[in-house]
Amino acid sequence: MNFTLKIWRQKDAQSKGAFKEYKVENVSSDTSFLEMLDILNNDLVHKGEEPVAFDHDCREGICGMCSLHIDGHAHGPSQAVTTCQIYMRQFKDGATITIEPWRSAAFPVIKDLVVNRSAYDQILQAGGFVSVRTNSVPDGNAIPIPKADADESMDAAACVGCGACAATCKNGSAMLFVAARVSSLAKLPQGRVEGARRAKAMVAKMDELGFGNCTNTGACQAECPKQISIAHIARLNREFLAAKLKD
Amino acid sequence: MAFKLDSKIPAGELAQKWSNHKAAIKVVSPANKRKLDIIVVGTGLGGASAAASLGELGYNVKVFCIQDSPRRAHSIAAQGGINAAKNYQNDNDSVYRLFYDTIKGGDYRAREANVYRLAEVSNLIIDQCVAQGVPFAREYGGLLANRSFGGAQVSRTFYARGQTGQQLLLGAYAALNKEIAAGSVKSYTRHEMLDIVIEDGEAKGIIARNLVTGEIERHGAHAVVIATGGYGNVFFLSTNAMASNGSAAFQCYRKGAGFANPCFTQIHPTCIPVHGTQQSKLTLMSESLRNDGRIWVPKKLEDVEALRKGTLKPSQIAEEDRDYYLERRYPAFGNLVPRDVASRAAKERCDAGYGVNETGLAVFLDFKTAIERLGKDVIKQRYGNLFDMYKEITDVNPYDEPMQIFPAVHYTMGGIWVDYNLMTTIPGLYAIGEANFSDHGANRLGASALMQGLADGYFVLPYTIGDYLSKKIQAPKVATDTPAFDEAEKAVKEKIEKLLSINGTQSVDDIHKRLGLIMWDNVGMARTKESLEKAIVEIQALRKEFWSDVKVVGTANSFNVELEKALRLVDFLELGELMARDALNREESCGGHFRSEHQTEEGEALRHDDKFAYASVWEYKGENEVPELTKEPLDYEFTHRAQRNYKD
Amino acid sequence: MGCFLTNSSLGRKLVMSISGCFLVLFILFHMSMNVVAIFSAEAYNMICGFLGASWYALAGTAVLALGVFVHFAYAFWLTWQNRKARGNVRYAVTVTEKGVSWASKNMLLLGVIVILGLALHLSHFWAKMQLVELLGHHENNLGLEPTDGAALIKYTFSQWYNVLLYLVWFAALWLHLTHGVWSMLQTAGWANDTWYPRLKCISGIVATLIFGGFAVVVVWFYLQTVCPCLAACGA
Repeated sequence: MNFTLKIWRQKDAQSKGAFKEYKVENVSSDTSFLEMLDILNNDLVHKGEEPVAFDHDCREGICGMCSLHIDGHAHGPSQAVTTCQIYMRQFKDGATITIEPWRSAAFPVIKDLVVNRSAYDQILQAGGFVSVRTNSVPDGNAIPIPKADADESMDAAACVGCGACAATCKNGSAMLFVAARVSSLAKLPQGRVEGARRAKAMVAKMDELGFGNCTNTGACQAECPKQISIAHIARLNREFLAAKLKD
Repeated sequence: MAFKLDSKIPAGELAQKWSNHKAAIKVVSPANKRKLDIIVVGTGLGGASAAASLGELGYNVKVFCIQDSPRRAHSIAAQGGINAAKNYQNDNDSVYRLFYDTIKGGDYRAREANVYRLAEVSNLIIDQCVAQGVPFAREYGGLLANRSFGGAQVSRTFYARGQTGQQLLLGAYAALNKEIAAGSVKSYTRHEMLDIVIEDGEAKGIIARNLVTGEIERHGAHAVVIATGGYGNVFFLSTNAMASNGSAAFQCYRKGAGFANPCFTQIHPTCIPVHGTQQSKLTLMSESLRNDGRIWVPKKLEDVEALRKGTLKPSQIAEEDRDYYLERRYPAFGNLVPRDVASRAAKERCDAGYGVNETGLAVFLDFKTAIERLGKDVIKQRYGNLFDMYKEITDVNPYDEPMQIFPAVHYTMGGIWVDYNLMTTIPGLYAIGEANFSDHGANRLGASALMQGLADGYFVLPYTIGDYLSKKIQAPKVATDTPAFDEAEKAVKEKIEKLLSINGTQSVDDIHKRLGLIMWDNVGMARTKESLEKAIVEIQALRKEFWSDVKVVGTANSFNVELEKALRLVDFLELGELMARDALNREESCGGHFRSEHQTEEGEALRHDDKFAYASVWEYKGENEVPELTKEPLDYEFTHRAQRNYKD
Repeated sequence: MGCFLTNSSLGRKLVMSISGCFLVLFILFHMSMNVVAIFSAEAYNMICGFLGASWYALAGTAVLALGVFVHFAYAFWLTWQNRKARGNVRYAVTVTEKGVSWASKNMLLLGVIVILGLALHLSHFWAKMQLVELLGHHENNLGLEPTDGAALIKYTFSQWYNVLLYLVWFAALWLHLTHGVWSMLQTAGWANDTWYPRLKCISGIVATLIFGGFAVVVVWFYLQTVCPCLAACGA
């Protein structure tokens, strides 16, 4: 298969970027999207040009490192997968594919397609944890948790922190990410204890970092590689409002 | 000068060793902890849990990772689960049984005391993770659920859907975040350790490169902890993440830390087969699939032919024409034999010509029986995400046709030598998790890597490191303007300049792929004297070629992925040779190390306990010098070594 | 607590939700009142009289105006913040994600159309009714009594361009409400996966009811001018 790639190139955070066109030829349909970029990069190296920088690591859809806005979709045209799980057979032979970095004020570009997502770390540092010390905990089975609650907590915990939600949201809102963590812990008795404090602290940090206001378009859940539901956003809203009203 | 290895294993009964040891080692008072700095390199389960626990204790911790967030470390990719001797299933599990299974699974090449301690603290891990809000799978009664895993006859594996590693890491990462917020831990993301600094024979800090700006930084500390995982990417194609590397561990080795059992590599039996030359990595299908999946190849060669031509579908092959070779060879454990055994059995069938895809390098993992027995819904509930992933990658629906799998490099049991305190041969330098060598012997059981990483990080290192640091309470802050730091930084900068100036004709990946092929063909699932000698010669030649013909584009002072890869490949090129040398030295078969010359009549691994009941510890002597071997004898006081038997 | 309604994104959203909810309730009432005009001009005028320049009607008007103002001001404020959050460089290629409604991404645009329609509507009706009364006059510039709403309706919707403009207005309102109604519940935290289909269905019903109720009056009175026989059977 052959493709024309329109890729965003940007030297560093300070420089202005622009699209550049590349051709990749004779790519097998079983090649993954990132392997296709590997092939392009290997060609570029041989030509003495700087390869395209892009984030990736586990290539199994779990580490959340890969990003890329491909033809208008965060993580490409398929549903429920990360960019590393996209295969070239999903594109038309001869297609022109536009590849952009995440675009969000809170995710500044570092180079080419690589962005800085440390804002997500900062939000979690604000309260995305249960304050327990190592070793001062009860037995794992001391508190039974209804299976449905544990399952729902797990649904939310599936978030890989890739940033697709904020990147795809027209408002640059990180609500799905924040909600996933708040909701996951809120469904467990262990997390309930400091639920109110957590919701307030994480929302405050999210606002402080310049993420936008959620308008419930649902684009985040549509593009989320882990299909996290906006029902968790509703729960975050509940948690937050209840906490505020108690203040 | 050979190492004088002191494993510091405490005396006494096996079950008392850890308690006795904890009672005997020194502690540091809270007021003094505040004065002590610790560097942790790596933020996987080991690194994150260690950094969080050490920060909680009051030490000043700096934690480094190469990814953009600590949460991305490759521990996250572990799917199946984590073992613990809780005996919640009432199937007569115990600390001793977990210990015994692990020792046996490791083919009697691990330290008894370490493994027992691992089994002992395994239960604490589950409690800890539950308290952190890890959403483990639960039964309807609200209590924790378990599943079975290879190498065990009890059900002791705790899991969180198909993402146990991720959930455990999120727990450790959350604990780390708590400490970062509290100010006791400072996190350096997109930073790579390029050298360890040794002064007066003790670890005093690291040289790191800021991967965004290219800046070379000095960081001093009273102790350094290496938690950078394994070096499976020597093979280029492996189940490891793209950036997983052996460089931090290798720098320790170059600076004098012993490297133990480098040849012990785990080849995981259930990976998706290689599909072409452009592939960048191999994808693992969780071992948990072997709970319900049955592994087979056709009995008749004509069926194999038809499969390869595409004229026959696997589902059309009749039951009596299928060879469920694991069930046939190992009736007691069946499809749940340990990984090394399952991998070798697959290789044996493929070598005999029964491989089922075009390349002849694949066997079937079939869910037909399970779907008939349990129904599609149950299977979907258990493995839905794995099935979807398989379909995504291969375009084949595993509900209708069996999966194709083949072994792939997955984990390295070998690593930096450590004593019972997890300290390397360099005082003040520690290694935990996959980066050390201590707990898995020659083969790791499924769901034990997560257990070891967290055991080391939460429950072992935070205690044992105090024994060393208690001697440092008078030591001032480590200065980084010393000759040792100057020298280390200079060497790093020179290496980078050299790499950028070669300007040859081959890319880093070109050479890495060639290294991978040499390794896979000669130091892979089956090794011989000839293949290993050949590998050593070829790797040496390739290394020469690398230093004269590699092309690294870009600059030193910028975000430069090619440079990062080149720096890692430099170390892989030496590590590969070390692995081959170790494999050559070990003239026996054990666990993941299979020397074709040493097998039983039935084709099982044949150990030579009289000659090789030791851990081989290698000392660096220079890039083109032969390293020196020191042997740490593995005395088995409490278990009887036997030929591993998974048949009855 | 007071300040979280301004300095927290979730607080600001709550203000949008509550003001929106208030407006939806008002519109539902207004729509029901309009429908009365189809059946009985007297009844309609009686309601108009009831809502004339009395103190409670004036207070109601003021609260209503405040609601509109808050909803509108917050909408601009949030949108301004959201554009800033999006960053300076925009995507070259954008698509509508699966399951995402056009309305949800264009609420401000729809809101502006609704407000413009409202301005037109106020000039057509309020300026000729309550305002006239407030100014102490007994006749508006059309020569109609300010309390004779029914006549005013008849007059306004005898002109086809008014009919067209009002229908566009109602359509924008319909789209705005299909997203707005369930969205306000989501923001208030009253939603989950089981309820999304139901809430969206309820949104559709509310929006359609409002659209239908308003549109039928406009169309009815227009048809009366086109076909006088209808007028006979109507009034």
